[in-house]
Amino acid sequence: MSTETPGIGAAFVSTLKRDLLIALKRRNDLLNPIMFFLIVVTLFPLGISPDPAELSRVAAGVVWVSALLASMLSLDNLFRADYEDGSLEQLLLSPQPLYFLVLAKNIAHWLVSGLPVVILSPVMAYMLYLPGEAYGTLFLTLLLGTPVLSLFGSIGVALTVGLGSRGLILAVIVLPLAMPVLIIGAKAVTDVQFGLPVGMHLSLLGAMLALALSIGPLASAAALKVSVN
Amino acid sequence: MSQHNFTASHDASAASTGKPLLQARDLFCERDERILFEGLDFSLHHGELMQVAGSNGSGKTTLLRILCGLNGLWEGEILWQGQPVHEQRDAFLASLLYIGHRVGVNRILSPRENLRWSGALHGGVDDARIERALEQVSLAGYDDIPCHNLSAGQHQRVALARLYLSPAPLWILDEPFTTLDVHGVRALEQHLAGHVRQGGAVLVTTHHALNVPCEVTRLDLDRQKDTA
Repeated sequence: MSTETPGIGAAFVSTLKRDLLIALKRRNDLLNPIMFFLIVVTLFPLGISPDPAELSRVAAGVVWVSALLASMLSLDNLFRADYEDGSLEQLLLSPQPLYFLVLAKNIAHWLVSGLPVVILSPVMAYMLYLPGEAYGTLFLTLLLGTPVLSLFGSIGVALTVGLGSRGLILAVIVLPLAMPVLIIGAKAVTDVQFGLPVGMHLSLLGAMLALALSIGPLASAAALKVSVN
Repeated sequence: MSQHNFTASHDASAASTGKPLLQARDLFCERDERILFEGLDFSLHHGELMQVAGSNGSGKTTLLRILCGLNGLWEGEILWQGQPVHEQRDAFLASLLYIGHRVGVNRILSPRENLRWSGALHGGVDDARIERALEQVSLAGYDDIPCHNLSAGQHQRVALARLYLSPAPLWILDEPFTTLDVHGVRALEQHLAGHVRQGGAVLVTTHHALNVPCEVTRLDLDRQKDTA
């Protein structure tokens, strides 16, 4: 049939556009992760101490934990509405490879919830007195790490989207996958403050991103099939 | 990518072999320790309109979802053009149009945006055709209204517009007549008959008596259970 061959690229782009359009039309979904990130980071100086020396020591961890929580907060939007209105069934019944369609949804999620956090991170770092030499590393680790959070988080959402009340189960599934990203990301930023090399941390994050890109959407797609069942 | 290119070829293959398009053999499905159906056999040919009948909870929706591959909890054999369907999933999906109980229309997006996406999943449609399809389901002028502003019947019509856009020969429709008004029901019946006349095949669940100018095969799940 002549209709199936030219479609992968078009289906990918269309799915990406569709999810971005939905996010744009639902302002709350768009602003929630960013606001959450801003609020959590601003609360730390109030809770710990306004002392620059103390804050600069925890800055990397605070920004990274906040980024992780912001990403998890918005995960639910990934497949929820599609599951409820039947669009997910249409996605699963597309003759196009599911890998690319799920990847498109994951990329849209990252563009909406991850990228703004990455872009805002220097401002947050400034607020927490992060030393100047660590800005680049913080930015890079978040740039490499937040897509991994979206891709792995997607697996957890796909597994739980069919459950009525999910509550903590999503966190229980996703956090173990996200933990290494958090550890390496935050460690890289603290190391650079001590003048240590961070090449290895960055390569590890890069490797994780490569892994997440290759298996994440496949695992999500398989999980979606189970959830719809 | 013309809308009717399947017709000629499918007609030809149907004429030459008479092979059923979709065939189920000895289907068995159990749900919550209750047997929905067992030993269910049927075949759906080109140019056939089959109505799946049965009381509430008799497994109509489950049967349709099994045939589409959305439900994996069954035993038996499903053949697509004579071959097991799981061996040629892509070819099967390229020939399938499914509208389920949940119709797959996003409430935030407009009808046009919804149809663009569902079209793109199946090879793409251009905007002019979407506009025409929306006219055909009496939604002209609603192209850019968010779907949550539409009535339930109009919501359903957005999904049904896919029937005017898709080149797929096999249509599997779960209760497509619910929420439609009298005109909508008549138009849909005409359209189903038209599809069948062109060599397509339709499998539909509905509780109302179909009033179509073509033959309707009935698959009664209640009776299947009695004889089994």
